[in-house]
Amino acid sequence: MSEASGTPLAAIDATGVARRFGTTWVLRGVTLRVAPGEVVGLLGANGSGKSTLLRILSTLLRPHAGTARIAGHDVVRASHDVRSQVGFLAHSPALYADLTARENIAFAATMLDRAESDIESVLDRVGLMAAAERQVRGLSAGMQRRLALARLILMRPRVLLLDEPYSNLDPEGIQLMNALIAEWVADGAAALVVLHELAPAANVLHRTVTIVDGRIEAERAAHLSLAAGGK
Amino acid sequence: MSLRKEWRRARAIAWKDLTAERRSKAQFNGVVTLAVTILVMLGFALGPDAEAIRNAAAGAIWLAALFAGVLAFNRSYQMELDGGALEQLVLYPGSRRAIFAGKLLANFVFVGLMLVVVVAVGIVLFQVRIPAQWPALIAILFLGALGLVTLGTFYAAMASRSRARDVLLPLLLFPMLVPVLLAAMEATKALLGSNVMGDAGAWARLLIVFDVIFLTATFLVFESVIEV
Repeated sequence: MSEASGTPLAAIDATGVARRFGTTWVLRGVTLRVAPGEVVGLLGANGSGKSTLLRILSTLLRPHAGTARIAGHDVVRASHDVRSQVGFLAHSPALYADLTARENIAFAATMLDRAESDIESVLDRVGLMAAAERQVRGLSAGMQRRLALARLILMRPRVLLLDEPYSNLDPEGIQLMNALIAEWVADGAAALVVLHELAPAANVLHRTVTIVDGRIEAERAAHLSLAAGGK
Repeated sequence: MSLRKEWRRARAIAWKDLTAERRSKAQFNGVVTLAVTILVMLGFALGPDAEAIRNAAAGAIWLAALFAGVLAFNRSYQMELDGGALEQLVLYPGSRRAIFAGKLLANFVFVGLMLVVVVAVGIVLFQVRIPAQWPALIAILFLGALGLVTLGTFYAAMASRSRARDVLLPLLLFPMLVPVLLAAMEATKALLGSNVMGDAGAWARLLIVFDVIFLTATFLVFESVIEV
């Protein structure tokens, strides 16, 4: 609860966030709140600023104006605290091609201070036990996505920032992704999901936000967005 | 996060880098080939004068280590940049100093192995006798490699954010490495007997001072270098 108002602390609280690259403003003052237990889809055309917003919220980029907080921690001033709360699934899987699937997860487990027994369970959860000893360069794009998902499970994040999480996933992988999001959210986590298509996330989304030219143009309940064809 | 956990993280990063290198072998073979080529070219350039060749041995060895090292330092971050792994690495909770310590450890093992080959080839090619104080020579190689790797790992991290990193790294690194390489080269020369007036002990002490300063400074500053 926030001290002053008694309202629940937002999982994501961005106010007037702006960011430019060179002289081009990619975000022009985005204000967005996501409550714990909520899944918000972030829609918009290529280059509209969706990924930039996720990178700012994950502390990978600094905003040039505005403020952003994750579970009450400022992304600039308290970036260390933010990182321990956030699970960021980037567009690229961020894996080491010369290491095996198991070695990649073992490395992540060490970095996250998780038990060795967790390695087997997360590989099993994402259906990669049979491919555990294969080098990542030999895995398909979908399998690499699952492996990145296994790393996300290890993180046990309170706030999920997912950049096109369904890309390269087969129907079974999409189901797995949705089951995990539903589990995390039931446990009080929040999720901000960049999407190009609403359909794969239809079962887990609560509402959608559309960014156009770096500004939030539309905000509506997920079922309304689905009825409008995800626009 | 406790120091023990940070050390565990640093070892994991070093293990990951060395395992990836062991599997691909591309970098080590390339770096050693470059170092040996530099030694051979210098050997030819110096001609048949045995005395001149012996005098140049220490300089040639450290020059080869420098150029080959630059390739290694750039590659150690290139592995992270491929597929966006560097972003994931900096997003892990805990101090970024563990990243620096891990990279430094991996690069030190890598450059150390390269130096073994370079020194062995240098001794044969430059007709240098192995000195009686060979443990002291190993200590100098250790201290020189530590200085080289500390600065190389640090500036490679700084340059990794730039598209022009291949050009930027030597520009940043070479001027800073002059005192370390000078001290390492003079100490090596004194031990190999090609500089009878040289005092290996004094150069070694200077090398220790440089190593301590550079290690301390880079560990203190690394957090802000890798910060977005």
